[in-house]
Amino acid sequence: MNAVDLLFWLFAILSVGGGLAMIFSRHPVSAAMFMIVSLVGVAALFVLLESFFLAILQVLVYAGAVMVLFLFIIMLLDVGPEAGKRKLGHFKMGIFGVLATVLLVGTLLTLGNSFDSLALDQSIWPELSEPKDGPSQSLPFSTQVSSFGYGLMTKYMLPIQISGFMLLAAMVGVIILSKKTPGREDVN
Amino acid sequence: MMDWMPQGLWFEVCLKVFFAFMMVGAVMTMAGYSVLAERKVSAWMQGRVGPNRTVLPFVEYIPIFGPLLKKLGMFQPLADGLKFLFKEEIVPGHVNKFYYYLAPLIALVPALTTMTVLPFGQMYWNDGTVSTLALADLEVGILFVFAVSSLGVYGIALAGWSSNSKYSFLGGIRSSAQMISYELAMGLSLLPVFLWVCAPGSSESGLSLSAIANSQSGGAWLFLVQPLSALIFLIALFAETNRLPFDMPESETDLVGGFHTEYGSFKFGIFFVAEYAHIVIGSAIFTVIFLGGWHFLPFMEDPWPANWIGSLLGVGWFLAKTIFLIFFFIWIRWTLPRFRYDQVMHLGWSKLLPLALVNLIVYLLIVTVIDQNAAANL
Repeated sequence: MNAVDLLFWLFAILSVGGGLAMIFSRHPVSAAMFMIVSLVGVAALFVLLESFFLAILQVLVYAGAVMVLFLFIIMLLDVGPEAGKRKLGHFKMGIFGVLATVLLVGTLLTLGNSFDSLALDQSIWPELSEPKDGPSQSLPFSTQVSSFGYGLMTKYMLPIQISGFMLLAAMVGVIILSKKTPGREDVN
Repeated sequence: MMDWMPQGLWFEVCLKVFFAFMMVGAVMTMAGYSVLAERKVSAWMQGRVGPNRTVLPFVEYIPIFGPLLKKLGMFQPLADGLKFLFKEEIVPGHVNKFYYYLAPLIALVPALTTMTVLPFGQMYWNDGTVSTLALADLEVGILFVFAVSSLGVYGIALAGWSSNSKYSFLGGIRSSAQMISYELAMGLSLLPVFLWVCAPGSSESGLSLSAIANSQSGGAWLFLVQPLSALIFLIALFAETNRLPFDMPESETDLVGGFHTEYGSFKFGIFFVAEYAHIVIGSAIFTVIFLGGWHFLPFMEDPWPANWIGSLLGVGWFLAKTIFLIFFFIWIRWTLPRFRYDQVMHLGWSKLLPLALVNLIVYLLIVTVIDQNAAANL
């Protein structure tokens, strides 16, 4: 076991343990803090894969922005440990249990299959180094930021635009929902 | 997987740890002395004398030099630190103990972590190669700074929440809202800078801080090219470091002490040092991005020779610019009154954010035109 393996196990335990602690902790603030620990652990795993850009985005977006908002709302509404006490009926619990089991088994099966069919040096995704049309020469795939940018602006242009459009729609929706029109009465 | 590490692994690690301690020492010393600068400058601006009594017993008797140091208050940071250490530590009975103790640490750690990617000079080696002086010159340096400093808000939010006191709570809530709001404008104000530095045809690429600093060598500093970006970044920097026109989290006129109302002795000291460390790092980053880093003056080649003397002078010049910016922070604090909370939010969301967007679009067009012209001339 070399140093990198040791670090991998450290951060893997940190992220999985943080996730479990998030689920089992009673207080919402503790749960949020454990989720941050878990997210930072995953970011550290990205660093071990030498994909610094993804790691930084993980910390910047999830740990630094999304979780701050979560914590903000938890504090603002002053949610205590007794907030999550609402019990589901046995029937609903059963349905959720079956669904979760199906998901878990499906994921394990898919993962097992893809590991069998792939050699270790092969990636699930096609290579980015294949020649492109256009003036610039083909970039070999690397962990460099410019490589990410090039991929996003050429091969993955459509997914980027679709997700951008969805974000825009969500933003417009939030503005409409939260804006109070002076003339209209509040529904509540 | 280990092939990128040289054989003497432990030697490398020890060396890195040594450098890291040096860097922490330098930044913490600067943070301590900016507290002194704050007191001296405010005294100067208000026609007072400021700290001029503290002195070590034996230094006092050195002729000329001793009384001068005493008059300048050079030992005041030492005395302040000792005071924080030896004060009685009071933990109020109504706090959430775990998070109450954790919060100062969470506030300090991001402030000290951002310095790892901060380049502060160039080393000219004997064989003619030039390397950047930094603990880790990451390719995505500026994003790293943003990511880590965005974690700093947890310290303040948790301090406010765990204190179980209304003033602290309001301070914590205000600070999280303020930091989220100004992070957007800050990030957007930097996008045109990267467009400019990494413009098609230029040799620089990536988001590294050293590439940005070196792109200003012998040419215009970026605050001359992009004054609006520099202004927005500076305002957002004031908001992110909770400095005075924006010190909502601890506005003492309406919140007693804000998020640290319930904190005393060394735990308060840690918050205090974290704030000044943020100022030092923020000033250094502004220097690197907009003020040419360690390069001499705009439109001039560095006048110093390309050897170790040049390296030292470059670092010194970088420090001089950073110290000027720290002075600027203090200057603003004792000049401007505090904003009201709704004014802070209004400024952030409906002034700075649209301004940063317009700025981005204008520079997009400019860079595109330059690029098209360059392509047509080929």
